[in-house]
Amino acid sequence: MGLSLTSKERFKEWLLNYSLYFILGVLIIAVVVTDPTFLSFSNFSKIMSQASTRGIMALGVAGMIVYTGTDLSAGRILGCSAAISASLLQSVTYASRMYPGITEPLPLILPLILAILAAAVFCLLNAFGFAVLKMHPFIISLGTQLIAYGALCLYIDSQANGAQPLASLDQRYISAVNGSLRLGSVSIPYLVIYLAICSVVMWIIWNKTTIGKNMFAIGGNPEAAAVSGVSVTLNIFAVYVIAGILYGIAAFLEAGRVQSVTTATGLNYELDAISGCVIGGVSFTGGVGTIPGVLIGVIILQVINYSLYYLGVNAYYQYIIKGAIIILAVAIDVRKYIARK
Amino acid sequence: MSDGTFILEMKGIDKAFPGVQALDKAQLRLRAGSVHALMGENGAGKSTLMKCLFGIYRPDAGEILVMGRPVRFAGPREAMDGGLSMVHQELNQVLKRSVMENIWLGRFPKRMGFVSHREMYEKTRAIFDDLEIDADPRTPVGRLSVSQRQMVEIAKAVSYNARILVLDEPTSSLTNEEVEHLFRIIVKLRENGVGVIYISHRMEEILKISDEVTIMRDGRWIDTEAASNLTVDKIIKMMVGRDLTQRFPPKTNVPGDELLVVEGLSGMYPPTCSDVSFTLRRGEILGVAGLVGSRRTELLETIFGIAHRAKGRIIKDNRPVNNKNSAQAIRSGFAMLTEERRATGIFAGLDVTFNSVIANIASYKKYGFLSGRMMYGDTKWVVDSMKVKTPSQRTHIRNLSGGNQQKVIIGRWLLTKPDVLLLDEPTRGIDVGAKAEIYQLIINLASEGKGIIVVSSEMPELLGISDRIMVMSGGRAAGILDIKDATQEGIMRLAAKYV
Repeated sequence: MGLSLTSKERFKEWLLNYSLYFILGVLIIAVVVTDPTFLSFSNFSKIMSQASTRGIMALGVAGMIVYTGTDLSAGRILGCSAAISASLLQSVTYASRMYPGITEPLPLILPLILAILAAAVFCLLNAFGFAVLKMHPFIISLGTQLIAYGALCLYIDSQANGAQPLASLDQRYISAVNGSLRLGSVSIPYLVIYLAICSVVMWIIWNKTTIGKNMFAIGGNPEAAAVSGVSVTLNIFAVYVIAGILYGIAAFLEAGRVQSVTTATGLNYELDAISGCVIGGVSFTGGVGTIPGVLIGVIILQVINYSLYYLGVNAYYQYIIKGAIIILAVAIDVRKYIARK
Repeated sequence: MSDGTFILEMKGIDKAFPGVQALDKAQLRLRAGSVHALMGENGAGKSTLMKCLFGIYRPDAGEILVMGRPVRFAGPREAMDGGLSMVHQELNQVLKRSVMENIWLGRFPKRMGFVSHREMYEKTRAIFDDLEIDADPRTPVGRLSVSQRQMVEIAKAVSYNARILVLDEPTSSLTNEEVEHLFRIIVKLRENGVGVIYISHRMEEILKISDEVTIMRDGRWIDTEAASNLTVDKIIKMMVGRDLTQRFPPKTNVPGDELLVVEGLSGMYPPTCSDVSFTLRRGEILGVAGLVGSRRTELLETIFGIAHRAKGRIIKDNRPVNNKNSAQAIRSGFAMLTEERRATGIFAGLDVTFNSVIANIASYKKYGFLSGRMMYGDTKWVVDSMKVKTPSQRTHIRNLSGGNQQKVIIGRWLLTKPDVLLLDEPTRGIDVGAKAEIYQLIINLASEGKGIIVVSSEMPELLGISDRIMVMSGGRAAGILDIKDATQEGIMRLAAKYV
């Protein structure tokens, strides 16, 4: 954009802008060539299920990135909420359950609501720091991250038998999360359906409500938004509470998916969510991003994770490769805005 | 003075962007020791030509000779090394760092590998003394007024010992006195053999300072003439390619009943307006004149609730209004066009639709969700009735010219159905043709019975469209003149009252 180029330069430009997708394409081809069994419906639905909880979380983080902010606390908030839902939904026949007082299985909805409430409270703290105290979201969420981690450790440590994983979950819970919807010969994991529902709702919020429009206005030009009568503070609180709800749902699903919650649950999840957003084109320059983009980003990241694992790549190399891909994604994103000037 | 040799020649410069030929065989020849005005409507290609000169854009065709040698700079840095310097309209300064660090940024004087603050200070001081600039080199740039910051930029350009200096709209935020000061500096540079390219929309100013004038239209070179052969009308005719028989449309609005009363209004945090009282009728255009620093913007901001009010009452339709924030002000029927279009007006990275509907967004809810069809309809109304030239509603507003951006923002506010419009420098940085359209729009709106307050630094503009003119001075209302009694001299006298 802006610069007019010869066709050769234009090709180079095009190649650069899409280089990420080429690399991913090459990666997938490499996996398929190495092991043709990779291309199977079961692998695909595995990837999608794994992407589900992080995807739901990313849908929340994306709003903060649109504000030119970020959320470093998302993973630990998820940990806290996951601990709450897991502890309340341990099998009532499990002797060392956290709440021996619960002798009748609770309705699933109750722990879900509590998980959402806990996440929303942490998000309100972030929103307060950002909107009212005018702190940079990076700093306020760094603080919240530590607070949430402390709370998670205290909670898990408070069990009668000391710190042990919250496991042996209620069978209803496990099947509500890990089950599948059978449609003839195909079965769609519930996790994928939950992600789809959250995505549709978020798409509507981003595109069809004043909350979404005002969010883009604030991300695009906060001063102009304030002049245009947008209540910046109110909008920030709304977007953060929505993020909290998504974290709560993600936490509830994650606990059921992994079937065990420890103090490590949620560690670095926010980094996956943020990376997914960035790969999917939610720009750190603010005011730019789409819900389909977030989904694509998260799925791409999960494909990378899974194929590296499938290829049996050493876990340490996996980190290095993922790091490089994130750097590449951001470098390409930033380039777009430099060229436009 | 001018020895007649060309210090810069640009010939046959072509530059195309996707869908638009921005420059079509454009040319410019600058003599050493002369001031050369570059004129044209917005979008005529002045900035693009300068960007080609400084290597920010690469021309598709053409030749650039600096002091007779063909050059093609790879970027501004190389251009500066080649003896060129430019003061941009939008100041790019590191606000939190000192004046001298801003001037020597990228080439700090050093002693044994360490930055020498003393040398930097002395060098800056010397330039400031030479240019009669009154600012401490150690002050953070952010603490200076816009005009002082502009002077700092000029000092920076001078510090490069540039042989060719480009000034892009240097006087848009200067007071008359500061303009005089700038002109003294320009004359001094001219005497030293510097070639100055001067870009401005202020015709009188251009005729006063320049030796030659080049006029561009639609990316093409139209004419280069000695300034002594030109008049304002001739320049305008060449710029727009048509006769502007009158620069202001006929006044068709008739002031009616009292709409707005402002009593003893003072802002909270100085510097701001203090104890300002006035009335505004339906269908009336109230001009607000004053020097830079007379707090006209602050007055509008206080009325609109984006600056805190300490004292005073705002009464609209005989009812006091609160206007504690912009949302309340919009609900009580106010609209405000801000002075800094880029900083506080447009959402550059978002499309025309978004920019049109954002101030009125809540009204597009249908069953709780925003209706795309309604937003499309209102945006279409904005584009059609404001005559916005845009490829589509989905076009990012940053790709429109300044005049078209301004029309979108005026349209944005009209969608909120305001009774009182507060317009802060509505024609700033807009070309002549678009200015006339905006004047017509303002008069039409007043004819529909809206009350309009126009803040402007261009006196002819205020005299051309207002029914009354309030003159502000040092934050206070120095007087209100009926248009019949208003003269430039009268306004100037009032403007200097509390300075």
